[in-house]
Amino acid sequence: MASIADTAAAPSWYARIPLAWWITGLVLLFMPAFAGEFVLYQIFGWTFILGMIALSLMFLAGYGGMVSLAQMSIAGFAGYMVAIFGDSAITDISQGWPWYVTIPLALVLAVLFATVTGWLAVRTEGIYTIMITLAIASAFFYFTRQNYTIFNGFSGFNGVLPPQLFGVDWRHPVAFYYLTLFWAAFWFLATLYVSRAPMGLALQGVRDNPRRMAALGYNVTAHRVAAYAVAALPAGIGGILLTWQSAQISPGTAGIGPAIDILVIAVIGGLRHPAGAFIGAFVYVILKTFALDILVVLGFDGERFNLLVGLGFLAVVFWSSDGILGLWSRWRTSWGRDRLRFPGRRTP
Amino acid sequence: MTSKLLNFMAASAVGAGVALATAPATSAPVKVGVLATLEGTYTVLGEDGVRGLRTALAEAGDMAGGREIELYIGPTDASPDSAVRAARKVVEQDGVDFVIGPLSGSEGIALRDYSKTQPHVTFINGISGAQETTYVNPSENFFRFNMDGAQWSAGLGDYIYNEKGYRTIATIGEDYSFVYTQVFGLALEFCQAGGEITERLWVPLGTKDFGSIIAALPDDVDAIYLGLGGGDAVNFLNQYQQAGGDANLIGGTIMVDGTVLSSKGSAKEALIGVPSSGPQADTWDDPDWQAFVKSYQDTFAPEDRFPSPSLLATGYYNATTAALTCLDAIGGDLSDGQAGFRSCLSGLELDAPNGMIRLDGNRQAIGTNFVSEVVELDDGTLATQLVKIKENVNQTLGIDPDAFAQIGLPSREVPECKTSYE
Repeated sequence: MASIADTAAAPSWYARIPLAWWITGLVLLFMPAFAGEFVLYQIFGWTFILGMIALSLMFLAGYGGMVSLAQMSIAGFAGYMVAIFGDSAITDISQGWPWYVTIPLALVLAVLFATVTGWLAVRTEGIYTIMITLAIASAFFYFTRQNYTIFNGFSGFNGVLPPQLFGVDWRHPVAFYYLTLFWAAFWFLATLYVSRAPMGLALQGVRDNPRRMAALGYNVTAHRVAAYAVAALPAGIGGILLTWQSAQISPGTAGIGPAIDILVIAVIGGLRHPAGAFIGAFVYVILKTFALDILVVLGFDGERFNLLVGLGFLAVVFWSSDGILGLWSRWRTSWGRDRLRFPGRRTP
Repeated sequence: MTSKLLNFMAASAVGAGVALATAPATSAPVKVGVLATLEGTYTVLGEDGVRGLRTALAEAGDMAGGREIELYIGPTDASPDSAVRAARKVVEQDGVDFVIGPLSGSEGIALRDYSKTQPHVTFINGISGAQETTYVNPSENFFRFNMDGAQWSAGLGDYIYNEKGYRTIATIGEDYSFVYTQVFGLALEFCQAGGEITERLWVPLGTKDFGSIIAALPDDVDAIYLGLGGGDAVNFLNQYQQAGGDANLIGGTIMVDGTVLSSKGSAKEALIGVPSSGPQADTWDDPDWQAFVKSYQDTFAPEDRFPSPSLLATGYYNATTAALTCLDAIGGDLSDGQAGFRSCLSGLELDAPNGMIRLDGNRQAIGTNFVSEVVELDDGTLATQLVKIKENVNQTLGIDPDAFAQIGLPSREVPECKTSYE
């Protein structure tokens, strides 16, 4: 994040980080001191994982203007590759190769898959991109469900566990929390960096005006395909972590519902900043986990919990066209406005 | 409004840590987690499972062993991830004493693995029927008071060979573990009786177009076994009738349940006279069964329930009754790692509405199975009528355990069709 071209007068990099970021970072770092195992593993572990997958969509949609519904499939694909080449309870198919082969291999294959997806999708715009990537996501779902020789059909793979690296059980809640936190932070910072690096800037240029960028000598198609390839990495790592978290991968993990959930997460969080993906994932996880309890507490029938989940999302989208991030920045602007001097006008 | 909601949720997340820390006194309520499919394809089934559980609770007045029962419901969508997620929530967040559930096969396998990481909590299966759950790497604190898919086929193979006189059959089934297990049970009995399975066809779950399957059906067999459920079953029957099919049919456990028998249109008429088997027969005249049906009907208004309890309701009812009976027996004392509770469950002889149930060494039910035939009632509706009861069905289906292990786990090709497996 210290990548902005420094000018001589600029303050040191750590002084330019807002206080809120310091507080968030410290709270997350010391979370295990005061949070229970369920909160660490299920709430935050899942938030970081979904956040990473949504981040890859945010990168494509926010910086590249390409809404891809295939990101969950890419995550699921990486998870499947780890199960197929590594260890699982389905010993007929799983190869049992060591982790230092399977994980890089899974990521390389996920990048390849994303590149092919991107290469198919980049020639389209707007709603057609959504349709093509949705078609790829559903094709992936039905293929994994009906293929028994490689993907083991409907039941998929269970017993997929992370390696016991450095003598640590990585499925232990605290270890898993730090593992997911590390990768979430890594991809968060990496996305911030890339967004200001030449590639990210060119991508934003391609988003805003592809013809002008082409006239300037940029290869628009190549930039877009490259964006898909880069975005496959956070999605792939998220997919592998998701597989380890539930110790299994099956077609339902990367079905059409989850693919749309990722879009919902990215949109309610806000597409303008990488933080949106994680905020959206947190809201999603909290709603998914506690909606039923809230209804029961309020004296309603618990069976309609999905209604509350839907209403929550609807409320966010209704009051802000740019998700929770948009709500936040709107609130800040109106708070800083001097109503006496500039009635109805925002301060610059 | 949104921010208030979030504040509330954050508060409940923090509050949970406190709740976990307080140890329950003997008079405090017993916390029970319930896992049921309340989202997705199996929602209707999950809701009926919960009705079975509530019927049992209503009979006991929501009390057992002098303690009140407090429910914590974890909704799942039939996928193993959602089951483990819901189980984590009720166990680690709500701090329940024991869990009742889940409903579907692969959920059961995932929960068996999860139960090993939570030795202080007891898990009582709802109605999930995969053989692996209790047969492979069974878990010390996972109890199953329902039989598995293979046990639900017990009696059927014998009946169709000896009573119906079928010698060769072909099978069509949905391509996943529950149906493999059902065909497994059927094949063992039918082949040992001397029958032959000439072909096994598998279709993906959720198949809409059965045209190619119907064209591929062999016409030189005596009968065709259908291991389909819900919408797949109705679709198949419709298309089969349109294609002019008139072979003898045999139904799997979920092929002839209420959802298919009460479907609209004439397709279901192909099912009249079709034999099938499962853990209950709707019109059984046994007084215990009739009492349970009445209790179920009295607990819920007619528009909120099925006309009579489905096998899912029965499964959850039995699991809950077992738990409540044992809570009474030990006076609600769940201390000492629930040792008393578990030894009571292991030794329990449950006088269930669908026959006596006891557990084997893997904490798997040995129970009663029912062979029935579809009949048309006077008012034109279809129902299943009991033709044969098979008692004391164990998980190895009466085969020597070592010989049973040699057969292998159910899959598309397992078991081979042989006259003897010893």
